[in-house]
Amino acid sequence: MAQLFPKSANYLAPASIAALVLVAGGAVGSLLALDYAGFNQRRGETVEQPVPFSHEHHVAGLGIDCRYCHTAVEKSASAGVPPTSTCYNCHKIVWNEAPMLEPVRSSYRTGQPIEWNKVHDLPDFTYFNHSIHVAKGMGCATCHGPVHQMRLMRSAQPLQMRWCLECHRNPEKFIRPKEEIYNMTWKAKDQETLGRELVEKYKVRPPAEITSCGTCHR
Amino acid sequence: MSRRIEGAETSMSLPTLRPEPLDDLPAGPAHFPLDLAEIRERLRTRQGPAFWRGIEELADDARFREFLATEYPRHASDWDESLDRGFSRRRFLELGMASMALAGMTACTRQPVEKIVPYVKQPEEILPGVPLFFATAMTVGGFAQPLLAESHEGRPTKVEGNPEHPASLGGATAVAQASVLGLYDPDRLKVPTKLGILDTWPHLVTELQAAAKAQKQIEGAGLRILTETVTSPTLGAQMKAVLTAFPKAKWHQWESAGRDAVRAGARIAFGQPAETRYELGAADVVVALDSDFLALGPDSVRNAKAFSARRRLVGGSKEMSRFFAVEVSPTPTGTLADHRLPLRASAFPAFAEALAAELGLAGFARPSGLDEKALKFAGTAARDLKAAAGRSVVVAGDFAPAEVHAAAHAMNEALGNVGKTVFVTDPAEAAPVDQLASLADLVADVKKGEVQVLLVVGGNPVYDAPSDLAFGETLLKAGLRVHLTAYPDETSRYCQWVVPMAHFLEAWSDVRSLDGTAAIVQPLVEPLYDGKSAHELLSVLLDETPRKGYDVVKEHWKSARPGEADFEAFWRKSLHDGVVPGTASAAKVLPVRTAEVAQALAAAATAAAARPSDLEGVFRPDPSLLDGRFANNGWLQELPKPLSKLTWDNAAIVSPNTAQKLGLQNEDVVKVTSNGKSVELPVLIQPGQAADVVTLHLGFGRVHAGRVGNGVGGDVGPLRTTGAPWVAAVTLAKTGARSPLAHTQQHFRMEGREIVRVMSLPEYVKDPAKAKGHGLPPKDVSLFQPGWEYKENAWGLSVDLGSCFGCNACVVACQSENNIPIVGKEQVGRNREMHWIRVDQYYEGTDLENPEVHHQPLMCQHCEMAPCEVVCPVAATVHGAEGLNEMAYNRCVGTRYCSNNCPYHVRRFNFFEYNGEREKEPVLKMLANPDVTVRSRGVMEKCTFCIQRINRARIVAEREGRAIRDGEIRTACQQTCPADAIVFGNINDPAAKVTKLRDEPRTYWLLEELNTRPRTTYMAKVTNPNPDVEAG
Amino acid sequence: MSTTYDGAPGADPIGQAPVLAPGHTPASVTERISEVVNTKLTKTPRWWLLGLAVGFGLLNLFLLAVTNLFMTGIGIWGNNVPVGWGWDIVCFVWWIGIGHAGTLISAILLLLRQSWRNSINRFAEAMTVFAVACAGMYPILHLGRPWLPYWLLPVPGTLNMWPNFRSPLIWDVFAVSTYATISIVFWYVGMLPDLATLRDHAKAKVARFAYGMAALGWRNSSRHWANYETASLLLAGLSTPLVLSVHSIVSFDFSVGIVPGWHTTVFPPYFVAGAVFAGFAMVLTLVLPLRPLFKLKDFITDRHLQNMAKVMLTTGLIVAYGYVLEIWAAFYSANEFEIFMVLNRFTGPYAVQYWLLILCNILVPQLLWFRQVRSNVWALWVIAMFINVGMWLERFVIIVVSLSRDYVPSNWAMYHGTKWDIAVFAGTIGLFLTLLLLFIRFLPALNMFEMRVLTPEATKAHGEEK
Repeated sequence: MAQLFPKSANYLAPASIAALVLVAGGAVGSLLALDYAGFNQRRGETVEQPVPFSHEHHVAGLGIDCRYCHTAVEKSASAGVPPTSTCYNCHKIVWNEAPMLEPVRSSYRTGQPIEWNKVHDLPDFTYFNHSIHVAKGMGCATCHGPVHQMRLMRSAQPLQMRWCLECHRNPEKFIRPKEEIYNMTWKAKDQETLGRELVEKYKVRPPAEITSCGTCHR
Repeated sequence: MSRRIEGAETSMSLPTLRPEPLDDLPAGPAHFPLDLAEIRERLRTRQGPAFWRGIEELADDARFREFLATEYPRHASDWDESLDRGFSRRRFLELGMASMALAGMTACTRQPVEKIVPYVKQPEEILPGVPLFFATAMTVGGFAQPLLAESHEGRPTKVEGNPEHPASLGGATAVAQASVLGLYDPDRLKVPTKLGILDTWPHLVTELQAAAKAQKQIEGAGLRILTETVTSPTLGAQMKAVLTAFPKAKWHQWESAGRDAVRAGARIAFGQPAETRYELGAADVVVALDSDFLALGPDSVRNAKAFSARRRLVGGSKEMSRFFAVEVSPTPTGTLADHRLPLRASAFPAFAEALAAELGLAGFARPSGLDEKALKFAGTAARDLKAAAGRSVVVAGDFAPAEVHAAAHAMNEALGNVGKTVFVTDPAEAAPVDQLASLADLVADVKKGEVQVLLVVGGNPVYDAPSDLAFGETLLKAGLRVHLTAYPDETSRYCQWVVPMAHFLEAWSDVRSLDGTAAIVQPLVEPLYDGKSAHELLSVLLDETPRKGYDVVKEHWKSARPGEADFEAFWRKSLHDGVVPGTASAAKVLPVRTAEVAQALAAAATAAAARPSDLEGVFRPDPSLLDGRFANNGWLQELPKPLSKLTWDNAAIVSPNTAQKLGLQNEDVVKVTSNGKSVELPVLIQPGQAADVVTLHLGFGRVHAGRVGNGVGGDVGPLRTTGAPWVAAVTLAKTGARSPLAHTQQHFRMEGREIVRVMSLPEYVKDPAKAKGHGLPPKDVSLFQPGWEYKENAWGLSVDLGSCFGCNACVVACQSENNIPIVGKEQVGRNREMHWIRVDQYYEGTDLENPEVHHQPLMCQHCEMAPCEVVCPVAATVHGAEGLNEMAYNRCVGTRYCSNNCPYHVRRFNFFEYNGEREKEPVLKMLANPDVTVRSRGVMEKCTFCIQRINRARIVAEREGRAIRDGEIRTACQQTCPADAIVFGNINDPAAKVTKLRDEPRTYWLLEELNTRPRTTYMAKVTNPNPDVEAG
Repeated sequence: MSTTYDGAPGADPIGQAPVLAPGHTPASVTERISEVVNTKLTKTPRWWLLGLAVGFGLLNLFLLAVTNLFMTGIGIWGNNVPVGWGWDIVCFVWWIGIGHAGTLISAILLLLRQSWRNSINRFAEAMTVFAVACAGMYPILHLGRPWLPYWLLPVPGTLNMWPNFRSPLIWDVFAVSTYATISIVFWYVGMLPDLATLRDHAKAKVARFAYGMAALGWRNSSRHWANYETASLLLAGLSTPLVLSVHSIVSFDFSVGIVPGWHTTVFPPYFVAGAVFAGFAMVLTLVLPLRPLFKLKDFITDRHLQNMAKVMLTTGLIVAYGYVLEIWAAFYSANEFEIFMVLNRFTGPYAVQYWLLILCNILVPQLLWFRQVRSNVWALWVIAMFINVGMWLERFVIIVVSLSRDYVPSNWAMYHGTKWDIAVFAGTIGLFLTLLLLFIRFLPALNMFEMRVLTPEATKAHGEEK
């Protein structure tokens, strides 16, 4: 009887199988890639803010120390976002007419707080503590990136477990002298040796201890 | 919310671990509570007719509507619905939709942008992420429960006992621990109402002052004020002021689970009011006459601390006190007794007589009609008392007859205990009166139509007044009725004006403990709702322009302490310590009028014998809800009652032989009838209960308690009369119906297993290590060699089973500290309660009518070789470097394998979204401890040894470059335990308290043969029965 | 060697019934078997439609139940603390067990050249695949957070976390998935020649096209046959160890645990035996009704029934031995918890279930000693039903009864399945039924070419080759 399938079927069959594999693999692969890139955390995207506050201007331009606004960074889990009054300290004198600062003034007048949009948003089941990291020689820039170059704030690093673990597994790669913590531009000449020294000096707990689940999750 | 409380003094401030302190309330300070403030503002500014238009506007305010009509579906039966979802058509469609959704998995969604809401002007003492602690005090039954309250950015999340205050010494009771939930209870009365319609405080002020002016003319002849028991010096002074301003006015007091017997007893014994307190630390022999002095009453915490200290065998001590308990219904205190005698309530006068006679007190005759057993018991007790004269004490319970109290005074005097173990002082109460008489008096006046203005300041008399007073109906005969109350309750329905009462964490006040020491009640937050304090209400009568609570209290103390050189300093110190120096009442020596006592006692005994009843109903406050004031507190409703482990219900409690006699089974519904009134309750058979006695717990069957408390259990109030407030002849009739009871424990026999290990003192002296068993298997038998070495910190916990009497304070403390949800009656019935720590309880001995009872607090044992860790497929529960068995909630996929493989079954599983209410009720979000993850559905959880506290302390220590000090970390259960039965610490530190306890010979490991190597160890219970008599 | 290759077809030294009724030619065999498939859709027998309706109905109940489960939570089931596993895992193990007969028949009996397997192996393999499909769903359904099952796979991710390879549940993942894969491949490869046959016999163009696709261009060339033989031998070799490994590993879920009644070394062998036991019972349960319905008596002869009954009897005895051993071990260990566990099974609150289990799995199967019983279709079917129930009860007793009363008495609590437990279980049965009916209607339920081998001509030809 007549042929059911054309000759080409012989090639089509294996070809289609190969195609299937490629498509499926590609889909999975690209999803993983997105995840690793921190897509769902808006990594690297600037976030709209009620007031277009420029870290570049205040840090690089005016050379204001991080701790002037983020007062709690050495004493508390949270570095602290400055109250309106902090802004107002200066801005009742400088730029006190600027329309872009109107939210600050109205907030100060009405007592209604300014609602900033979160840039670094750790999940609620992860407990990060600024004070201990600062105390053990972790610089702001290590996690927050070159803040002094950011006109609008954006998250420089993917706040993912793998990323946290990088440092918790080998802190010597990222640790820096305490006096350089708030230095945005500091670079080690020889991180390898310096790192090992500092880990020693600051008594950073061994990876086995700081990678216990309970260190961050409770 | 975060506005600074005027004049508040922080006690101490510990640093804390908190990732983003500001994102925890989604909209931070500008959230729910502030809306209320603003609405309150709007309400306040509106007056008269304009106000009615105001309502319309307000009604359009969505947020306002939300808080007027919020949902709080935490009722037992609600879970049935959750089980039968999928049947309502709506749910069916939902499911249909969802099943389609399931097809397209929505995997890669992006995180929504969250808000950060900083302060506008940051209060200088507030450091975001670092909690502050304020000293304050809670008032229960009129007396102080001194507390330290933890505040996160101005929101109270947890209370602890105040170590500075003699009535707490750091310990706190279950009800105190649960008080925080009460603060955020969405069912609280939120704005004043007049005839059920929203109204305003200023409006009330005008009306009340008008009425007051009228009363002034007639010297207040028509003015009555009904309060609960009052120890508050400020309130007392205010009342005095009122009575001078209105000479013909009257002040009445009523407390349904009150201490009338104590007062009356003192009057019989001394001819004048007096208060008694005990130094159980100095007592070698304690005889309790129907007294639950460790778990109930104003001085329970202090008693527990002293009593347990006296009986704790550590550091080679071989001495402990001997404790005789005579009780109607088994109490937590009674479970520690070395000799225990169940006795009918009516027989107590006779027993007291017998005891006094045995002690050889003049004028006390051996009574007739007391059975052999009781007489023998009295004899033994008397012998031991005499042997320990001056080092012994006879304690009469708050609900024992007045004559028994009098007899106790007489015996203590005769034994020379006064001034050594027993101290008689002036009452701490502002006006100690016979409250039953006082209430009856009020009712009489109302009936006569003499009452034109009645202020009901707190309390809920319509619900809990003796039924023969028919308080509710009579109340309607009074003129202007104003009720100051936390909830719109039964009494509120009978008053035109209902004013929200501020929670003690919201308002200024003061209060004294039993020993007289005063504490300033210091608020942590502005009132969430429009709450007012009693001081502010009375100020309306007293002052032209009502004063704020803060001024009233502070000025009272200013006038009370003219001597203070620097009042401000004194004031600040009082606030800071939570103790007002020099307020403890001095001990007095009052001669006991033995003859009168003997007479009264004999009369009482014969009277009791004269009216015999084959069945006695005994009324007692519920161990958790007390007189019902906590009926709407879910934590307390779900708190398993001592011994029966019953939740979400009260029952007709009878002894096994009585049940047999009446042919009753557990959960049979019976009709309990007394003087014409009756209530239907399920039966609960309670070993250790006295024969022919039905114990009926007050505080249930509320109809206007709130969404949690409404319709839970049955109201036994109607059976109570002025004639018989504590004991009444009752009859039981089977209805044939059955009503299931939800217990957290079903099996109370140890099956001969070495779970709780007990020995008698002689046995202990002979071989202190008797209870140790085999001890742990040698370490080197493990397959995993070499095991992990704990170099620095190794956390461990030691529990002394000799001290624990099952008061449950630890359970609530843990619930509050660790954001543990409640699940409702139906889920408890399915063994799904979530408590991380539970107090297991076992009966032992041959006598079903009077068994030995043992308690065992059981929480995660933090095994070094944890069976749960091996089997978790995703490594969600693993071992920490310091030996904690850690649980990463967000890694858990919920196979429940760990729970199956835990020989102690201490793990808890979120079978449903038990925390759903937090989402439905924004106000409840403020209750959460920000340092602990709120667990979601499908996740396993368990005791973490309060890892948040460990991490907090470790970070501080690391920052200061030192080791963690012993005692720096205390788990929530340890901190609150009134008996100091729980000790936590670093077992690598030889100097640590916990290490010393672990080295005690009494210490043993639970199920040690499984080689799980628990970090939690137990210390065997030791009893001290009189060697001459066989136990009983 | 087996009897088929020399002498009369199916003739048997000890005069048993033949494995193929006499008077069949290869053509007739093909004819008879493929007619089942080739009947017009319009001529589909009524009982089939009825069966499918039932199966599909239950399948929808399954969808509803699972959706509710996913939206509401495990709480709709009866599980609690201490009994964290209930119907979910009971049914999982039950289904996995049922699968075993297929693999055993197609793999081991093939290697042993047991010709009588020829007629039932295809069917048994299909049953295996479907049973594993049902079983395979439970591990996901029983999760508290069923949207995260991939965390059990060792795949890369931003968490930098591996699964815990010490956990038996991880071993399960590998065991079950391997098992599923092999079974499916084995089943499909085995069907190729028959799919080709159907392609050639199909009348409708659509059917011819569909079977043609499925047949992957099989042309009966001797090269095909050579490759085919090797392939099936290889697959048989691969899946033989699986018969033993899969259920051993499933049994580890319990024997690795610390719970009295779980923690025992006897589990692997007696779980495997139990699985084969259950598997054959299920084959019989399904084959017996299908025989008359499809007029296949000639192919599934009394000989087959006899043999299957014997296998059940043997494995049943092994299982019984397992039970006895459990009891003996408990007392021999002198471990108070183990001893209590046994006594609790005898007299505890779940004693009824235990004694029912003994009745179903030990007492009733003893009837199979009698030839009359073995050859009585009705008796066989009833006994098979007993065993199906018994095996479910066995898992219930092991899992629930052990958990409900273990070490600390204060934890002891009863467990009761809810209507949703039942709904999910019924649902899986629905899925099984649906797949099975579709299979016997549209695919060669019996192995045509292997049956052809049993016809006289075939065997003669074979003989000449030799």
